[in-house]
Amino acid sequence: MRHISWRATGLTSVAASATLLLAACGGGTIDDETKANESKAGGAGECGEINMAVNPWVGYEASAYVVGRVASEQLGCKVNYKNLKEDVSWQGFGTGEVDVVIEDWGHPDLEKKFFAEEGDGSAMDAGPNGNVGIIGWYVPPWLAEEHPDILEHENLNKYAEQFATSESGGKGQFLGADPSYVQFDEAIISNLGLDFKVVFSGSEAATITAFQQAEKNKEFLIGYFYEPQWLFAEVPLEKVALPPYEDGCQDDPAKVACDYPETDLKKIVSTSWEEEGGSGVDLVKGFTWTNDDQNQVAKYISEDGMKPEDAADKWIADNQDKVDAWLE
Amino acid sequence: MSATLTPPAAAPPTPDQPGRDGPGRSIASIPRWAWALGVVVLWVGIWALTKGTDTLALAGREHTDVQTSLGRFRDDVLAGRADNPVIQLTYDLGAWFTSVVDWLQRMLSVPDFPRPVPQVGWLGVTAVATWVGLAVAGWRIAVLVAASFVSFGVFGYWSEAIDLLIVTFVAVGVSVLIGMPLAVLVGTGNRAVNAVTNTVLDIFQTMPTFVYLLPIVLFFGIGAAGAVVCTLVYALPPIIRIAGHGIRNVSTTTIEATDSAGQTWWQRLTKVQLPMARKTIVVGLNQTIMAALSMATIASYVDGPGLGQPVLDALVKNDVGGAFVPGALIVVMAVMLDRSTTAASEYSEMAARGGLDLRLRRIVLAAAAVPVLVALHLSRTYPWAAELDDPGWTPKVADAVDGFFEWFTDTFRDATQAFKDLVSAVLLNPLQSLLSESPWWLAGGAILALAFVVGGLRAVAPTVVCLGGLLYFGLWHDAMVTLNMTLVGTVLVMLLAVVLGVAMARSRAVDVVLRPTLDAGQTIPPFVYLIPVLALFGPTRFTAIVAGVVYAAPVAIKLVADGVRAVSPSTIEAGRSTGSTRWQEIVKVQLPMARASLVLAANQGLLYVLAMAVIGGLVGAGALGYDVVLGFARSEEWGKGAAAGISIVLLGIMVDRIARAAAHRSGAPAAR
Repeated sequence: MRHISWRATGLTSVAASATLLLAACGGGTIDDETKANESKAGGAGECGEINMAVNPWVGYEASAYVVGRVASEQLGCKVNYKNLKEDVSWQGFGTGEVDVVIEDWGHPDLEKKFFAEEGDGSAMDAGPNGNVGIIGWYVPPWLAEEHPDILEHENLNKYAEQFATSESGGKGQFLGADPSYVQFDEAIISNLGLDFKVVFSGSEAATITAFQQAEKNKEFLIGYFYEPQWLFAEVPLEKVALPPYEDGCQDDPAKVACDYPETDLKKIVSTSWEEEGGSGVDLVKGFTWTNDDQNQVAKYISEDGMKPEDAADKWIADNQDKVDAWLE
Repeated sequence: MSATLTPPAAAPPTPDQPGRDGPGRSIASIPRWAWALGVVVLWVGIWALTKGTDTLALAGREHTDVQTSLGRFRDDVLAGRADNPVIQLTYDLGAWFTSVVDWLQRMLSVPDFPRPVPQVGWLGVTAVATWVGLAVAGWRIAVLVAASFVSFGVFGYWSEAIDLLIVTFVAVGVSVLIGMPLAVLVGTGNRAVNAVTNTVLDIFQTMPTFVYLLPIVLFFGIGAAGAVVCTLVYALPPIIRIAGHGIRNVSTTTIEATDSAGQTWWQRLTKVQLPMARKTIVVGLNQTIMAALSMATIASYVDGPGLGQPVLDALVKNDVGGAFVPGALIVVMAVMLDRSTTAASEYSEMAARGGLDLRLRRIVLAAAAVPVLVALHLSRTYPWAAELDDPGWTPKVADAVDGFFEWFTDTFRDATQAFKDLVSAVLLNPLQSLLSESPWWLAGGAILALAFVVGGLRAVAPTVVCLGGLLYFGLWHDAMVTLNMTLVGTVLVMLLAVVLGVAMARSRAVDVVLRPTLDAGQTIPPFVYLIPVLALFGPTRFTAIVAGVVYAAPVAIKLVADGVRAVSPSTIEAGRSTGSTRWQEIVKVQLPMARASLVLAANQGLLYVLAMAVIGGLVGAGALGYDVVLGFARSEEWGKGAAAGISIVLLGIMVDRIARAAAHRSGAPAAR
């Protein structure tokens, strides 16, 4: 009995090994590729490394990978993409773990901690990236079409009842956003005398799902949203007009009664990385593109399901002229 | 003794009630549920008169002084990080974690430049893992391991899956290194040691990760180091608790018998206590591994490598199908590790008892090693054995999942919305109004009175401390809203637990079908199912409750099933012989006999629902969960987020201590 098992096991073992070895015949080996890589590495550029923070939204990913792919494919840099929330990214400037934040929506508190004027000087402003953040109150397109007057804030109270949900305690519901964004909606609502209550969605995913469902099922929904954002390719939300922004109208958070200002999104880089210099630094400083450019790449990623690298490569191939302008 | 947590009808009079422990002896003939009802009636009465005053509600971005100083403390540590000796030490430790993980990654999961692939490719890794499975737990587990590793590869997430395994093993390894000595301390120490460790472990387990993620990054750095440490914090408690419990419960007669042979403390520990507690220690290790895996997605917020990253990537695109595949692979990994560790423990016990033919085993293992070595060699030599060609299944599965959820949402959304509105109107809103719109002194007083009625004097001190803490940290109103959601969630969990737990206990077929589903509910990252749930219920408190129920129900269901199954068959036979119907058998015999398990299930269910409070903050439920998310998202709000995290801990400890006191009184075994 034991002898049979012994022999059977041995046979199975030999058979398995033989099958594996047979399958191995043909094809190049890993050693060949390793040698090829070694010789290629010798000819790499002087760019060095870029630690690129990737904050968790698609538009950011688009910018980060377009800059990253230009750096790695055209300048020979080694780019490390690091998936991080904003606060964590800024903390990383001082430790050398992060070199570039490519799209910053404004973090006065972090600037105070990490810019040279008041903080430890580990981070610095590297100029606008060309994208303009438009923040405001939005409704789904069907609502704007059916009730065009809803796009004026004066008329919102007329519809307050229809905006009510199980969460809004009898008032109309205003869907507040991801807490990453600075919001004054509670003040705006009370100062404009609107019969609404802010319910915070708590995340971008929750807000987007709510708008998608509201459009699909023709439901009333109003909330805080922003452009550029990939959702607009699928559901082109309409902006509600608030009293226009004027300088200083948001200075006292309790008294805000105006719209949000347009925000120039900017690049933040590590001071020590910038001081080292090199072609990577010049690329990041030179990088600038429009909302349409970013939306295009964001659409490749979110709608068409492309990997961010492939989406960036596709845009770069179609827009080498713009890329060349950053490299000058 | 009576049972306070079971339905009123089951509570007999309590003549043997000691006077100081609960409502006085002279009025002991009034059952406890009547006392509780009295408290509630009084509460509602005063609430009607004082509603809306002194609720201590705090607006979106308002802070109390305590919250501001918490934030300032963190800012000071951050500002002084360059010359803080502690940070330098922890940073070195973090760098060491990173280099260990990095080395393992280059060996197994990422290209080791200039090689285009890792040192050992997928075929080699799979073969070695399968061989290890065969060696420690037999051929069934070997097949399971092989199938799991192949699934990581064919679905195109090979390197992410191996990365997660690496981070998990490093974190679990360190957990065992730190945890086992502490478990011995807990198992052999006195009551004071236990009380202190218990409280510290409670804090570790209930403190939301988003609160300590930023400080961990500050002390240990981003990437693998941050991921390992935050996983470690959450994964450490189970092994200390469960292994400590096992060591403490080694029978005293055995210890006395061996002590009389004149053994030293060390001999007693290594020769008697540890071997005899081995089974429980393995359960603790098992739970530690599960806890570590559940941190996968959170760790990817700080660039922790692993399967959490594709889940998070898909979340930012609202891509349900895209998140499903990596999420399901996390479940596959969890099931694989769970079954392997359990089987390995049974297998080694069998081997120790001589139940295995060791010679045959050695021969089989040696023979199996030959193809493994060949596979190893091939995976180092040929690209096809190092990197699996992606057969393109993942997008197909993702599309199918997307299609299914779209159909599901479109078909059932009206029904789910109506259900949500109904539960909100009859349960959620009235209870929330009572809890959060009462003046703080009324709600606090009522909670304290209920704690006394339910748990007796034992429950009073912890309740006072926790309520005081809630007041001190300044988020009383939000805490009451969170408590309300947690209570409603627990009610739903217990409904499911009783129905499904009894069904599982009574039918083997139901058990076989349900158990893997429950495992999946416990281990699948909530980010995978949040979007479908959001689509069904909207950004509401109810969505948060559903997420909590998905996470908490499996534990409660399993506990109830185990409890009901443990009811002695002779008791049930006795009932049958008197001709009771199936319904009577369940309601009159099985459930009352499984009372201790029901209490434990309710307690654990509530803590698990509370653990999802932060996820609730991400889906429109507001309250403490939102405050924590806010503190994580905006550095100027960190103090408020920390206060909210502490408040969640206080709520958890308060409820747990009340439940333990109640269990102690009614003679049920202490929770956990």
